[in-house]
Amino acid sequence: MTLAKTLALLSPELVLLAGGLGILLLDMIWKDDEGKKDWLPYLTLVGLGGALAAVIVVWRGLGGGVSALATMLDVDALAMFICLMAVLVAALVVVFSVEFVRGKTPYRGEFYAFLLFAALGIALMAAATNLVLIYISVELLSVTSYVLTGYLRGDAKSNEAAIKYFLYGAIVSAAMLYGMSLFYGITGTTDLRGIAEFFSDPASMSELHWVVFAAMVLLFAGLGFKIAAVPFHQWAPDAYEGAPTPVTAFLSVGPKAAGFAVLLRVLIIGLPQFEADWTALLAAISIVTMTLGNVVAIVQKNIKRMIAYSSIAQAGYILIGLACLGADNYGLQGVLLYLLVYLFANLGLFAVVIAFSNATGSDEIEDYAGLMRRSPWLAAGMVVFFLSLVGIPPTAGFFGKVLIFASAIRTQSYLLAAIGVLNGVISLYYYFNVVRQGFFLPPKEAAPIPAAPELRVALLVCMAVVLGIGVFPQPFIQLAQGVARLLAI
Amino acid sequence: MGFPLLTVILFFPLLGAIVVWLIPKEKEQLIRWFSIVLSFIPLALSIYLWIAYTRSAGGMQFEEIYNWIPVLKIRYHVGVDGISVPLVFLTSLLSTLSHFYSAYTIKKQVKEYYLFFLLLQMGMYGVFMSLDFVLFYVFWEIGLVPMYFLIGIWGGARREYAAIKFFLYTLIGSVAMLLAILYVYFNVGSFDILEATEKFHLIRPFAANIVPVSLAFWAFFVGFAIKVPSFPFHTWLPDAHTEAPTAGSVILAGILLKLGAYGMVRIALPIFSEAFSYYAWVVGILAVISIVYGAFVCMAQWDLKRLIAYSSVSHMGYVMLGIAAAAFALRMPGKETSAAIALNGAVLQMFNHGIITGGLFFLVGIIYEQAHTRELKAFGGLASKLPTYYGIFAVTGFASLGLPGLAGFWAEFMVFRGAFDIIPIYAVIGAVGIVVTAGYILWKIIQYMFLGTFNEERWGGKLVDMATFEKVTMWPLVLFMFAIGVYPAFIVNLLNDATTALLAKL
Repeated sequence: MTLAKTLALLSPELVLLAGGLGILLLDMIWKDDEGKKDWLPYLTLVGLGGALAAVIVVWRGLGGGVSALATMLDVDALAMFICLMAVLVAALVVVFSVEFVRGKTPYRGEFYAFLLFAALGIALMAAATNLVLIYISVELLSVTSYVLTGYLRGDAKSNEAAIKYFLYGAIVSAAMLYGMSLFYGITGTTDLRGIAEFFSDPASMSELHWVVFAAMVLLFAGLGFKIAAVPFHQWAPDAYEGAPTPVTAFLSVGPKAAGFAVLLRVLIIGLPQFEADWTALLAAISIVTMTLGNVVAIVQKNIKRMIAYSSIAQAGYILIGLACLGADNYGLQGVLLYLLVYLFANLGLFAVVIAFSNATGSDEIEDYAGLMRRSPWLAAGMVVFFLSLVGIPPTAGFFGKVLIFASAIRTQSYLLAAIGVLNGVISLYYYFNVVRQGFFLPPKEAAPIPAAPELRVALLVCMAVVLGIGVFPQPFIQLAQGVARLLAI
Repeated sequence: MGFPLLTVILFFPLLGAIVVWLIPKEKEQLIRWFSIVLSFIPLALSIYLWIAYTRSAGGMQFEEIYNWIPVLKIRYHVGVDGISVPLVFLTSLLSTLSHFYSAYTIKKQVKEYYLFFLLLQMGMYGVFMSLDFVLFYVFWEIGLVPMYFLIGIWGGARREYAAIKFFLYTLIGSVAMLLAILYVYFNVGSFDILEATEKFHLIRPFAANIVPVSLAFWAFFVGFAIKVPSFPFHTWLPDAHTEAPTAGSVILAGILLKLGAYGMVRIALPIFSEAFSYYAWVVGILAVISIVYGAFVCMAQWDLKRLIAYSSVSHMGYVMLGIAAAAFALRMPGKETSAAIALNGAVLQMFNHGIITGGLFFLVGIIYEQAHTRELKAFGGLASKLPTYYGIFAVTGFASLGLPGLAGFWAEFMVFRGAFDIIPIYAVIGAVGIVVTAGYILWKIIQYMFLGTFNEERWGGKLVDMATFEKVTMWPLVLFMFAIGVYPAFIVNLLNDATTALLAKL
């Protein structure tokens, strides 16, 4: 492959990198000019627009095939799908941050640059097919996430969140690295395809089975941390609560999508021979994750903490799809579609939370009383996003759940399916506790809640997408199918 | 393909909701009258649907099929038969009356009220018309959200509790149903209800697949039984019905409960006929408990609205008994006629219960608006002071207890006539419910509210007889009580064609 071709395939990542560096540079040039710095978020959006265009061009150029780059990266539909999500997440988070970051920190430029680097980390994770590159890209995402979490230097909660997140992350990434070293020790390679090739010899499997299982669990610690699955979830509530809210929005979607992409690749490309093992492991983790997340979410009083537990639970649902790959690809399609609809529903929800917190300075659920009278749009949006997270039609979340549960029924995992749907019912209770506050109780203050125009646009876009996919899911299911077909075993 | 009649009926309320959404909220009067006038269009079309439905041809008519989500073989497939036509009409009738009644009684947040009500109306139409599982499920769920808000915003003192309880209970039922739908889908290969009716028992004969088919059957059954509601899944009902605003209670009792019973007749019975007949004894026992227990609980109530709420548990028990009898008969050769009679009675009871209990909830609302209490002991002697109210209440109450000449009689008669031939013991025990029903209607309601002495001190000059709008609301319902009571054939013939066709296929 020529250098030009390689660079062309990497263009989304390169655009993100160049964008991040460019923002850093401009921030230095405009050091003392706050007025000009107001342009930085919009320039970031321009950079993300460029990355989006690059994703589309590369994706179309692939024509349904895979372009492997030196046993390091697979530029394929999955990589493009997750890269697209990374760009969308970053763009929405930039929009959320404009109002939020202004006045709270003097270092606005780096904030946007870090967001772009985090998006780059996600894009690389989604494409990586080599344990070494997986580790490096995970670390890139982690380090930028730590910094973003602790971005409000004067805020003790933000600092506490960053430290907890960092300490926890450092330990699990060490564990993950240990797991990777075990794989290298067993197979003599860090390439996922090489690992699969090594295990395709049945003799090698039986002898080393238990070591492989241990290595798999260790590897899962690192990725479970990224997707916030139990028992690697403890950082999430504190980090979510303490981080600047736009960063929380990012954490709740970006690393999750990337973590699932890596899991898909490692398990499907690297360890197909061990499907029975990881299916059992993931099914067990899925049950614990969704149940714990939902049950603990019930008692939360702070909306960011509630969303933290809710997004732990959401990871649990997605794991059902991974644990039930089976025939016909319903599991894979479900994981991909679910990630996409979860992105819009959760970020839409954060648009509401951020608009509310910008106006009132509060994240307490009881302060949402009377939201419907103070801002009908925020209230309506909140209902739509909650409905989508529960999976009630006509919202996008319904079809995400249909595919996920279809995979469970297809593989006759009835118990997993039953626990999954019952968890959906539990989640309704705490989501609609916020709705109850917003619609049934009188407002504490009468003042209407203004929302910045950027936030309003973001809110409307998310609502339109959530309802749009809910009514016309066909193209999105097809998209997920197309990506899943490539990955299928 | 001709005029898409069903689609127009189905989406007219949505169109209305969009227009209401665009009207500024200060123009309350405009919103009210717009909603009422608009609701006459689906009403007129439902009447036309009833007339235009060709009885001699039978089966599904006015079918419309469009691809919706081809990758998952999900289609927009709607159609009506003799069972759904009256229920579509019932939905239109009660919705129009509710819009009209609410125009006078709902004072706060009028715009949101009508917005939610219209969405609810669409959801109900959708369930009665859908012939695709996903479509069915979508409309089934769409109805939950507006009802939650109707109870929670415009309801009584414990409305928040009642609203979330209603939502959680019904959601548990519907997610169980979703899993069963997926199970059927993977075996039949499509989400089409009619196709599943034809093929499912061939692909998965009950005898060879007892565990999975039983699981799927019970998942469907529980989903429907919670909605009906049958004992022991009924505990959401007294709270939701009591706390909902008047029109909300009317719709809940009049139509939403029918969704569950309709699901049993349209889905559980035809698709899982073998499993249903195998487990008919459980359904029969639940039905009998619902009838008798519900009636006795009514006897113990002192809150008029709560009493009528519990009477729904008892009266919907007849529907379940009729369906259970028909299911029993599937394994008893020679009982086809009785099975058809029982099933006809069940479906007729669905329609009657909508008319009668809908009327009762309007009547409760009428007195509550004036007295601000529903305590039975607080009243007395209303007969002489509010003669029209008494007259209409008495007719509705008698219809409810099954007085011959009024609507309720025929449905109960047919259910028991069918059930007695097939499952005599259940029928005999269930008949106790009829006696107790007469007890609570005559003793608790008629005697405590209308007879005795009028409490001049408390109510003197405060209670007036029904206003014109209240009479206008009640007249159509009373008309139907008499019409079905005197000449049930106009509806029973329609039902009979559909139910015999349905049973013949099993």
